[in-house]
Amino acid sequence: MIEARSLGKVFPDRTRPVVAVEDVSFQCAPGEIYGLLGANGAGKTTTMRLLATMLRPTSGTAIVGGFDVVREPEQARRCLGFLSTATALYGRLTAFEMVQYFGRLHGLTDGEIASRASDLFGRLDMNEFRDRRCEKLSTGQKQKVSITRTLIHDPPVMIFDEPTNGLDVMSARTIVAFVRECRAAGKAVIYSTHIMSEADKLCDRIGIIHGGRLLAEGTAASLKSAHGGGDLEDAFVAIVDAASC
Amino acid sequence: MSPVFTVYRKELKDILRDRRTIISMLVVPVVVMPIIMLLFSGVSAKLVQSALEQVPEVTLLGAEDSPRIREALASNKGLKLIPPTADYAARISNKSLRAAVELPRDFDHRIGQATETVPVKIYYYQGELRSGFAAEAIEKCLRDYRDQVLIDRLAVRGLPPDFTRPLNTTRQNVAPAEKVGGNFIGSVLPYIVILLCLTGALYPALDLTAGEKERGTMETILSSPASRTQLVLGKFFVVLTASIVTALCSLLSMTTIFLVSRGLFGLAIQGKVSLGTFTVAPGAVLAVLVLLVPLAVLFSALLLALGTFARSFKEAQSYAGPLILVAILPAVAGLLPGVEMSPGLAFIPILNLSLVSKEIFTGAFPWGYIALVFASTCLYAALALWFAARMFNRESVLFRT
Repeated sequence: MIEARSLGKVFPDRTRPVVAVEDVSFQCAPGEIYGLLGANGAGKTTTMRLLATMLRPTSGTAIVGGFDVVREPEQARRCLGFLSTATALYGRLTAFEMVQYFGRLHGLTDGEIASRASDLFGRLDMNEFRDRRCEKLSTGQKQKVSITRTLIHDPPVMIFDEPTNGLDVMSARTIVAFVRECRAAGKAVIYSTHIMSEADKLCDRIGIIHGGRLLAEGTAASLKSAHGGGDLEDAFVAIVDAASC
Repeated sequence: MSPVFTVYRKELKDILRDRRTIISMLVVPVVVMPIIMLLFSGVSAKLVQSALEQVPEVTLLGAEDSPRIREALASNKGLKLIPPTADYAARISNKSLRAAVELPRDFDHRIGQATETVPVKIYYYQGELRSGFAAEAIEKCLRDYRDQVLIDRLAVRGLPPDFTRPLNTTRQNVAPAEKVGGNFIGSVLPYIVILLCLTGALYPALDLTAGEKERGTMETILSSPASRTQLVLGKFFVVLTASIVTALCSLLSMTTIFLVSRGLFGLAIQGKVSLGTFTVAPGAVLAVLVLLVPLAVLFSALLLALGTFARSFKEAQSYAGPLILVAILPAVAGLLPGVEMSPGLAFIPILNLSLVSKEIFTGAFPWGYIALVFASTCLYAALALWFAARMFNRESVLFRT
């Protein structure tokens, strides 16, 4: 379960403070994919970082897996898996060592890590490059290692920040399939993207974010019908334009 | 397992797989530094030796009417007289002539009169080793000639040769060889070890912070349940390990090289101390090593803070340059003769260690100063570590792009 409660983030600046996120509230239930759809600079990454406790909100809070991100950030992080194109791998570690490192940081014993890694490596067809250094892996193989890294502790909450950015079609498909598996496994999934088709296909509910504010929320179908009956892009543009006027 | 230890273990494995860390932590202190020192001392010893062995070509200006002094200079085995030319100054400057000596007309006659001091001028190339040796050889020859003239003058008057020398001073070293050697070793060794402590910490500190940002793994690790303080502590202990291992490796390798090549080092510091009989007390080495630990903590923490602040490895390197300079200056100041430990200087980091090490290596253990140096460096180290942890907890620093 994820619940953002009036989340706000203001970055101090020499000239004037920058409001990155303002009064953002939403909920994501277990077994649901909640999409955060917005253009570049809309506040998606900041919101995701606030949920993942990498940034501390300047107002409001969020509950992740039952823990308050402001008061209990370490416990909140134990409940979540975070994946973005910015979450790279340690090139000098092997695929298994990378996963093992995160397993240990999550407090798993080496026995638990071995058994869980064996299952995940098998499912994702990773045994061939298990002991190869991450720097020598292809983009697709790296994505699989990242996925395993986020799943090693079997978190109830998954946060994806534009995970398919810059990836080729095949690698992007691996990610999308993985996101669906997470939903099927009953995890609460937050998925940020600026790709309309991806949000349309993947997300159960979508929140449209612009200028740091959540402008609209609903299923893809309800958003489309409420804003002219076109595709999601038309609905998105209509919502953003209405807010800008 | 504590997250700090988990981070430590992973980061250590990570940096040890990096060729650049191995080079800065092991290859440079164990192989490169000793080779450079050996080559430097060997080459400089050889240069001095060959300059000393070579008979310098010098020219005599004037005194055409003074055969006695001409003969004295010509017959001196330490000089090779060549005919004078008008461009002698230019030749000295371009090193085709080592030095020139100018004597006035009627030199022999004026010396014989014993009524005046006859001026003699030596032309040489200041700062040029061989020219300096040539000028010294001319001076020695003329000094011997002057002494002989003086003895002759005294003899004519029936006075003994020592008539003009009412007293004679000699210097006698009473300090034991350990102290004399310790003074030299105590000055140089801490400087080298302090420097290597810093360089050993430099690369890992920047790699584990700015390097992590650059490679995009910072966000990955921040999503783990380890707190930022645990992360920075794990990284800090790795940097500290690298710093201490580098310093220890360099100490070991330099001691070995030192023992193997006493001859070369002896030549390089000729006239200061006979290193043949010199030994360093193990207690002194141990005491200096203990004092080095808080300094290594200070360096490691400062470099970590600096690396965390930088956006990229390159930016971190540009910040590290001035920091190294700031660290070297007090270490060099400790090498200067006459700079001695005082209560005020005991609070200046790096310099205080440099000075107290000098004392320790000479066999003295000024416990008050040792405690003061240790305590003050510990305090600075704790402040630096706190600063590094604070830096690692600042969002504006971690997410600087």
